[in-house]
Amino acid sequence: MTITGKIHSIETCGTVDGPGIRYVFFTQGCPFRCLYCHNPDTWSLQGGREYSVEALMEDIRKYKPFMAFSGGGVTATGGDPLLQADFVEALFRACRRENIHTALDTSGCISPVKAAGVLSQTDLVLLDIKALTPEAHKAITGVQLADPLGFARHLSEIKKPVWIRYVLIPGLTDTATDLETLALFLQGLKNIERVELLAFHKMAEYKWKELGLDYRLGNVPAADDLLMEKAASIFRRYGLPVR
Amino acid sequence: MKKAWQSFVPGRWTNAIDVRDFVQKNYKPYEGDAAFLAGPAQSTLKLWEKLQVLMKEERANGILDADTRIISTIDAHAPGYIDRDLERIVGLQTEKPLKRAIMPYGGIRIVKSALEAYGYTPDPATMEIFDKRIRKTHNDGVFDTYTEAMKAARRSGVITGLPDAYGRGRIIGDYRRVALYGVDRLIEAKEEEKKSLDMEYMTADVVLLREELAEQILALKELKTMAAAYGDDVGRPAETAREAVQWTYYGYLSAVKEQNGAAMSLGRVSNFLDIYFERDMALGILDESGVQELMDHFVMKLRIVRFLRTPEYNELFSGDPTWVTEVIGGMGIDGRPLVTKSSFRTLHTLYTIGPAPEPNLTVLWSLNLPELFKRYCAKVSIDTSSIQYENDDLMRPIYGDDYGIACCVSAMKIGKQMQFFGARANLAKALLYAINGGRDEKTGVQVAPMFAPITSEYLDYDEVLTKFDQVLDWLSQLYINTLNIIHYMHDKYAYERVQMALHDKDVLRTSACGIAGLSVVADALSAVKHAKVKVIRDETGLAVDYEIEGPYPAFGNNDDRVDQIAQDVVKRFMEKLRKHKTYRDSVPTLSILTITSNVVYGKKTGSTPDGRKAGEPFASGANPMHGRDVNGAVASMASVAKLPYEHSEDGISYTFSIVPKALGRTEEDRTGNLTGLLDGYFSQSGHHINVNVFDRETLLDAVEHPELYPQLTIRISGYAVNFIKLTREQQMDVITRTFHKQF
Repeated sequence: MTITGKIHSIETCGTVDGPGIRYVFFTQGCPFRCLYCHNPDTWSLQGGREYSVEALMEDIRKYKPFMAFSGGGVTATGGDPLLQADFVEALFRACRRENIHTALDTSGCISPVKAAGVLSQTDLVLLDIKALTPEAHKAITGVQLADPLGFARHLSEIKKPVWIRYVLIPGLTDTATDLETLALFLQGLKNIERVELLAFHKMAEYKWKELGLDYRLGNVPAADDLLMEKAASIFRRYGLPVR
Repeated sequence: MKKAWQSFVPGRWTNAIDVRDFVQKNYKPYEGDAAFLAGPAQSTLKLWEKLQVLMKEERANGILDADTRIISTIDAHAPGYIDRDLERIVGLQTEKPLKRAIMPYGGIRIVKSALEAYGYTPDPATMEIFDKRIRKTHNDGVFDTYTEAMKAARRSGVITGLPDAYGRGRIIGDYRRVALYGVDRLIEAKEEEKKSLDMEYMTADVVLLREELAEQILALKELKTMAAAYGDDVGRPAETAREAVQWTYYGYLSAVKEQNGAAMSLGRVSNFLDIYFERDMALGILDESGVQELMDHFVMKLRIVRFLRTPEYNELFSGDPTWVTEVIGGMGIDGRPLVTKSSFRTLHTLYTIGPAPEPNLTVLWSLNLPELFKRYCAKVSIDTSSIQYENDDLMRPIYGDDYGIACCVSAMKIGKQMQFFGARANLAKALLYAINGGRDEKTGVQVAPMFAPITSEYLDYDEVLTKFDQVLDWLSQLYINTLNIIHYMHDKYAYERVQMALHDKDVLRTSACGIAGLSVVADALSAVKHAKVKVIRDETGLAVDYEIEGPYPAFGNNDDRVDQIAQDVVKRFMEKLRKHKTYRDSVPTLSILTITSNVVYGKKTGSTPDGRKAGEPFASGANPMHGRDVNGAVASMASVAKLPYEHSEDGISYTFSIVPKALGRTEEDRTGNLTGLLDGYFSQSGHHINVNVFDRETLLDAVEHPELYPQLTIRISGYAVNFIKLTREQQMDVITRTFHKQF
């Protein structure tokens, strides 16, 4: 049986989801409903265009020179690509056969055991840490996770290179306690190559409106440079490679 | 050896006029970083401040000042200065900075209407010379001989922008020759050339060339007179670095005093000058600050070259462009990089005196360029959006390693090649003529020869293509014939004396045709082929609009179903152009370049079968139509890179605009990624790319508060402009064009 994936869209000039210039494909479907989500149009498992591994590879191959010159590769993002773990695993396997670097952008929404196959074909995980406690995780994503940091811990155990991403939402995820706790936790891991603090912005608000969804952060200000710098300094203090 | 050439490695160049050989024997490649650079000298800052005041006044009034009487020649005006005590490099087009001269040989009407548009009264005695045809102009000659078909095509805009009323430009004198050899030696060489033409057969072309050589010699003598008025003897070669810069500039200055050419490019001077800088630094008579000062003063002069043109001309081309194109970098055919410290210094002027559209700095990119130079270029692009890149690996096999770029994308061997500039044919309109049996879709006038129009409700691909092919047969012939008239008359009445004096006797000439609306045509044909296109006709049966049913693959998504159509259109038109007899046996070439006239062409063209509505702008150059390239920037540039350079050797222009954040999160990421993008694009045979890096918000703010952005520079289709000098319509076109971003 051919495995197929549901792809929402493709960005051939990805530069912010892993090193170099990347072919980024957005998978359809996400279990979380993050308040600040940029891509609410990828939540549903329905829709998107169906691709076989070979069909997507055929398109990816066209961009190999750009990847090669820039030290880039392919990134699966979404949605959460772990909802189509088998497809992504097969695709990444095909990429690696052609020496294409693979990055998985995920929030760790399935158990590490279930993700083992795709992780075995992944060169770099871009791990979105949404929150530090089950309650906070529920508040932000709508889904309660018993152990929101469990996936990160697992990646450290299997020594998988990771870039941590954490979105700073003023008043919601930016308290000094939160940041100190996260930094302390990350300090204990062995596999963190980069920590990316992402500033909350409202550029996707229009998408929510288009989909008839209620955007609840309309009154929250975007994270400013001062806030970002303050947060970064905390992580730096813990010796973390923050960008 | 004479003093001027002391310590230089001799070679073929010592006995013959051969600047390339001099550069190759003497230049010192540099593979280091930018750390050695020095900041601006006090004199530089003071001069630039003075100029900025004048330029502000100029912007407010359209022009600062204009001569109304003196017909500009190389030595017609008295010397002029910005501040004599501060200027290390001197020379102005007239006796005052930014004062515009009149150069009527291209056409008197443009001079008159430009003067009048800015509130000046043309001097009656001067005008009489041309009104009474005591001296005939190029423009007179052309309109004496144009056929009715040519006039009709020109009126409808199916061929447009033709240099039939102004200077054709796109000729690069080898200005370095003035510094290396001195004018006396150049005159001697020209005398020799003329002597060699004492032929047994005195045919028209021999007579023509003898007369041209005589004119060239006169022009060189005038160049000496002009420099002497500034106190310099350019009869002898330059002896110091300052003189080398100054002599080279005198050469260029003489050209812009004589010709109001559409593009007056500089060539490839930085490595040449670097040899003189190195020598003076070794002698201890110049330090890094001093070198940068010379470079800055030179570049400042290039930034204030001005021509008197009508407001309409500027509306077409935006912001008073002069296309003082200087190429930097590239590789030698021996494998050494043609990168010197002065390559860095030239780019560094964008910091010492800030970003600016001129000179039109063009980096010749090779995959083999030193990595640190590549990175520096990327950084400069990100900081200033002021440079363009062209593919040296693609051009070097054709043009060698001493070519320059005339205007935006036209490569030519310096001092050995020139082009007959031919503006462009509007292929989107030609496609509509195919559907309408040769009638113009806006006026209903029969412009192309009458043939059966398409009458079906839905367009059929094969039928459209067959008729389009017929229209291109007609158009290509008419186009070449029109250019033949234009350039015959330009040679006769507005010959570029001094620029051609800085060429070899026998030059390679090209007839540089162009196309506008490529992505419109490709998408339209793709829509006809892959979707259903219904024709809406008016009561006279003229197709005036189209309804597209269903999706179709659009150019700019790296999709061969449409990209191959675009490639075919280019090849098809070029092959037709090659079939016709050209003036002076010039070689026909083609460019895909619109400058900013894509807005005006769009205005003149009715609705097209791709879904574009009447009057809407085309994409610029070879760009995909905005909003239709939905797979990201790399897919877009990959589509453009597939266009066949072998059928478009006059250049394929692509403009790439991206918000800084979409290039990466950190400065290092952005520099690295832009370098990777350029390597990737050029490795796929992309020819040209403009790189703009800024936020849409910055541009919107500049529209509202131009006074805060006097130096905001953006790249569009082959050159750069001062954003605040664009018309509002052009500004909005730039802003609505595809900005690549993701979040």
